[in-house]
Amino acid sequence: MIPGILLYMVLVMPPVAAWLEGSMAGHMLIQIPLLALAGGLAARGAAGRRRAVLAGFNAGGVPGLLVAMFAAALWMLPRMLDAALQSSLVEAAKFTAVPLLVGVPLALSWPLMPPVARGFVWANLISHAAVLGWLYTVAPYRLCTRYLYDQQALVGAALFIVAMALLVGWGWFAIAGRPIGPWSRHRAAVS
Amino acid sequence: MKLRAALATIAVAAAGVAVLGGLTDGFRAATSEGAWRLAVAERPRPLPDATLVDQSGRAFRLPALRGRPILVEFFYTSCPAICGLLASQFQSVFERLSTQSEGPEILLLSVSFDPERDTVPELADYAARIGADGRIWRVARVKDPIELRGLLDAFGVVVLPDGAGGFVHNAAIYLVDARGRLAHVYDADAAERAIAELDR
Repeated sequence: MIPGILLYMVLVMPPVAAWLEGSMAGHMLIQIPLLALAGGLAARGAAGRRRAVLAGFNAGGVPGLLVAMFAAALWMLPRMLDAALQSSLVEAAKFTAVPLLVGVPLALSWPLMPPVARGFVWANLISHAAVLGWLYTVAPYRLCTRYLYDQQALVGAALFIVAMALLVGWGWFAIAGRPIGPWSRHRAAVS
Repeated sequence: MKLRAALATIAVAAAGVAVLGGLTDGFRAATSEGAWRLAVAERPRPLPDATLVDQSGRAFRLPALRGRPILVEFFYTSCPAICGLLASQFQSVFERLSTQSEGPEILLLSVSFDPERDTVPELADYAARIGADGRIWRVARVKDPIELRGLLDAFGVVVLPDGAGGFVHNAAIYLVDARGRLAHVYDADAAERAIAELDR
């Protein structure tokens, strides 16, 4: 729990936030994923009893995964990135919603998900990152009015590289027969 | 246990679709530019009482142009790229308007967002290059640079320095209706569509 809170405290510091939001790649591919990671790390320390109550509503991890997917999709929208830069209210909503609605439910749901479901998530994540990366690279106009065109192309290239890296990494672990996912060890501990 | 999870899944899916739909104007706008265009089309916006100066050095207030629709575009004279497309769109509309015997049905207005460099002589030079006559098609800048921010905000124009002495900006053609309201925002290459919709 402590590492998640510490990471969040670093991310919320105005100079750090301003630096990451200074570029589209920093905003979309570093700050938002790190906010989700902070929420996920903090959730790992959640008390066992509360976790058990939540698990009743989250059998198989599907509802929690859906919460995380909807919230992540929302905060990846170009208009939400613009809005966060324009409005301190939306910025505060981002710093609240991403850890709580992406990181926490993902961390709580991942250990409950069967391996097939995890593979489904990975496959979707990789394919979406690759397609989105390609679209951002070739889009003839700027998707975010607050960022320059070359930053958008950089995000596209970075997304594509991340997709390829995940594909190689995931493929490696799949072939090697080891559990997939950052919370696999935690799952073993819980079960 | 499974029933609770199934109900939770349905509730989350419904809430997720509702929130995502609500924040994207019913899945119609994923970008802020798209959202702005929808909002303007649904509810025309009043414009500020800015004073502009055209290529001849004549000062005029924006509300003084009420009575006829105006197509507006924003540019800067040293723009190397997209402003040229906007100018060529206005050129083709201007050619059509200038042949109308009963007077033009609409006016054209090109507004510079670089008042520091785009002085009146620069505007006159630019107007001569693109063929703006100063009557149907005026090329202008704000008289007082302090009014620029309000004008750009009212039209939803975002101008960012490109780091090389120029600017990056959203390129669009803005329709101001006869009542002086911003009524529609079109793509940079859609001047003909704007005219066609006016004729309807």
